[in-house]
Amino acid sequence: MTIAQGFAEPVREQQRTFRAVMDALSRPTAPTPYSSSLGKAGPLQANAYAIALTLLDFEVSYHLAPSLAEAERHLTFQTGSRRVNDAGQAQFAFIDLRHDPLDLAAYAQGEPDYPDRSTTVVALCDGAPESKKLVCRGPGIAASSTLSVPGLPADFVDQWQANGTRAPLGIDLLFVMPEAIIGLPRSTRIFGEAR
Amino acid sequence: MYVAVKGGERAIANAHRLLDHERRGDRAVPELSPTQIDEQLALAVDRVMSEGSLYDRGLAALAIKQARGDLIEAIFLVRAYRTTLPRFGYSNPVDTGRMAIRRRISATYKDLPGGQVLGPTFDYTHRLIDFALAAEREVAEPLTAPVGPDTETPRVTDMIANDDLIERNLKTDETKPVGDLTRDPLAFPADRDLRLQNLARGDEGFLLALGYSTQRGYGRNHPFVGEIRMGEVEIELEIPELGLTASLGAVTLTECQMVNQFKGSLTEPARFTRGYGLSFGHCERRAMSMALVDRALRAKEFGEERKGPAQDEEFVLSHSDNVQSTGFVEHLKLPHYVDFQAELALLRQMRSEFEARQASSHPEAAE
Amino acid sequence: MSATAENYRGYNFAYLDEQTKRMIRRAILKAIAIPGYQVPFASREMPMPYGWGTGGVQVTAAILGPDDILKVIDQGADDTTNAVSIRQFFEKTAGVQTTTETGKATIIQTRHRIPEATLQDHQVLVYQVPIPEPLRFLEPRETETRTMHALAEYGLMHVKLYEDIAQHGHIAKTYDYPVLVAERYVMAPSPIPKFDNPKMHQSGALQLFGAGREKRIYAIPPHTEVVSLDFEDHPFEPTKFTEPCALCGALDSYLDEVITDDKGGRMFVCSDTHHCESRRAEGHVGALGTPITPVTEAAE
Repeated sequence: MTIAQGFAEPVREQQRTFRAVMDALSRPTAPTPYSSSLGKAGPLQANAYAIALTLLDFEVSYHLAPSLAEAERHLTFQTGSRRVNDAGQAQFAFIDLRHDPLDLAAYAQGEPDYPDRSTTVVALCDGAPESKKLVCRGPGIAASSTLSVPGLPADFVDQWQANGTRAPLGIDLLFVMPEAIIGLPRSTRIFGEAR
Repeated sequence: MYVAVKGGERAIANAHRLLDHERRGDRAVPELSPTQIDEQLALAVDRVMSEGSLYDRGLAALAIKQARGDLIEAIFLVRAYRTTLPRFGYSNPVDTGRMAIRRRISATYKDLPGGQVLGPTFDYTHRLIDFALAAEREVAEPLTAPVGPDTETPRVTDMIANDDLIERNLKTDETKPVGDLTRDPLAFPADRDLRLQNLARGDEGFLLALGYSTQRGYGRNHPFVGEIRMGEVEIELEIPELGLTASLGAVTLTECQMVNQFKGSLTEPARFTRGYGLSFGHCERRAMSMALVDRALRAKEFGEERKGPAQDEEFVLSHSDNVQSTGFVEHLKLPHYVDFQAELALLRQMRSEFEARQASSHPEAAE
Repeated sequence: MSATAENYRGYNFAYLDEQTKRMIRRAILKAIAIPGYQVPFASREMPMPYGWGTGGVQVTAAILGPDDILKVIDQGADDTTNAVSIRQFFEKTAGVQTTTETGKATIIQTRHRIPEATLQDHQVLVYQVPIPEPLRFLEPRETETRTMHALAEYGLMHVKLYEDIAQHGHIAKTYDYPVLVAERYVMAPSPIPKFDNPKMHQSGALQLFGAGREKRIYAIPPHTEVVSLDFEDHPFEPTKFTEPCALCGALDSYLDEVITDDKGGRMFVCSDTHHCESRRAEGHVGALGTPITPVTEAAE
């Protein structure tokens, strides 16, 4: 079993990937175009793998949802980061919305003195068109915008509402698609479905 | 006609050139080499290595030369260089009990195994300027005494500990990594590992003043110098892949163990407490000051009332670093005219309001 | 200068090693997700003094890419010595294109000012911050101020500002005037004059704040509510100037006072040098200004 290749030009590509993630979180719900130069790392699609290479190292730990367990050897080898089994202990978590149940409450929520000590969840989705649009408001959004992510669990709006009640604690989400990243920081509020 | 100031770039380049000229001084005087600094201003090198947190004599000497003898500037140069160095691993803890001793004194026992060794100290020099030093003169070779292979110099605190009269060193939690404030921002309250790291790189003058303040009653802790030892210690690195321990060489260290105010309770017999100081090179003043401040910062641990600045962890740890403090104090010379203008505008407004009020209450005076 | 460029070859792109950049990048993402909250980060020793922009430099180094166009200002001007020094640092270590034109820049690093031109969505404004804690002038202890933020307990701040009004008739803060970000965290806008505070509100640009010595990063995402603290009976009022810029005649820009002699002679000129120059290039002329000719050196 071989290990997935890392970036050919790490300095440049990590910067490019980071800027895409930064843009996505700064402008919640707006898809930020991004396609990594990488291949897949086991079950982890290329863009999510690129985010892992950009943000993980020996100083942080990560959690893998069951369907992504096979990605461990790639991530551990390439980043030196530690996989933890308790989602509540991880700074980063990877989950595939097509296969894994999402439970936002299971992740680290941060502490009142240090709300930054929370998990950033990287959620993989496919690029299929999604007709359901959720109206969102919050920092990074001029007036309001709509969130459109394929494969969200049925109770997502409730879970996100609960996440919002913990503010400024709570988790931040990065939806990763084959050609885009969508950020949903804890500060974004959902106001039902757009009609 | 007013023209906005331009040419910052050229001014900077010219200033650098002038600085280099001033550093060199009179070209007729032979240029100082880093080796000369290392050999003949060795204690300056030791201080720069300690506060620069990097054991490299040649580099510290070069930094002193580049900084024109401004030690805080030299420390800054070393720190900025240190940050760029990759980390290959973490050495084993050094064992000062196995130090090749050049100086060792105890103030708590008249004589003890290993003896009192004065070594190269200013302590009993009369502070008279040696005018003969102004010229080159012959320097006598030092005397030596044979050292038996079995000469053991156990640490004084270990001997006191054998009688169970001093607190045991806290058991280290093997699962918990040793803190590193260069890798994680300092958060309060800080554990002793982080406090000691902070003090070990702290400004000598700051530590000295704080240590002194504890002696004058601002957090007194009844110190005795159990021992000061200075000499060379091996640095060893474990290489698990090869299953061996490699020696990376030796460094000079100064260690000070203070024996302080005893502490006991209904359940615990009374024991002396400890204050610890450790420094690169021969830096006795800083090791002693560090030990005093370390002990002072343990006030909470011993249930002591905190009333002196040296016992105030947040105050001490936030202000000990001279690279930080010199940067921030000196940043005041950067332009602040935007903010000053904002103050001026408000001040003028308040003045005109004041004058208007005065005028309205004394209408005749306004004439 | 080429010898210096050569000497920098041993350093990574934008000086910082990749591990350090990752650590800073993680902090930036948290800062964006929690607007106004100060994220602790393991600030490194930089080859410039603490207090001289090490926080801003680290943030810029962590986000900067080869396609970025960088502008660096201090006091609003591109040509102040520290701005020149920082710009040179990035020219040497990252080889990026630099500019003095506000509109052209993708990243603007600043000390003490926000440019007069409205910033756009593709831009990032990086502030150099000396004291990131807005409550620090009320309470020196981090352990205390952290709890105040956790509880959103900002009563002390309001009391202090109201005391000013009682004593001076005005809130005595004219710069570093505290703001409430996204209705949650009280934040220090770095010591920009309060004149600039309204520009932070609903700005199109992402605003990042780096405090190197104090080891904190914080952020205001684009299009975020930023409110200067005030009272109903004493609403926030930005500093106003009574006269226009002497060089370009601008009425709405922040002015520097220049002393012209020792007998009370003074003139006021735009602090934002690019703003002033572009206005003059457009033909605006102030009371003491001269129309811009192609050779600016001849203005003497």
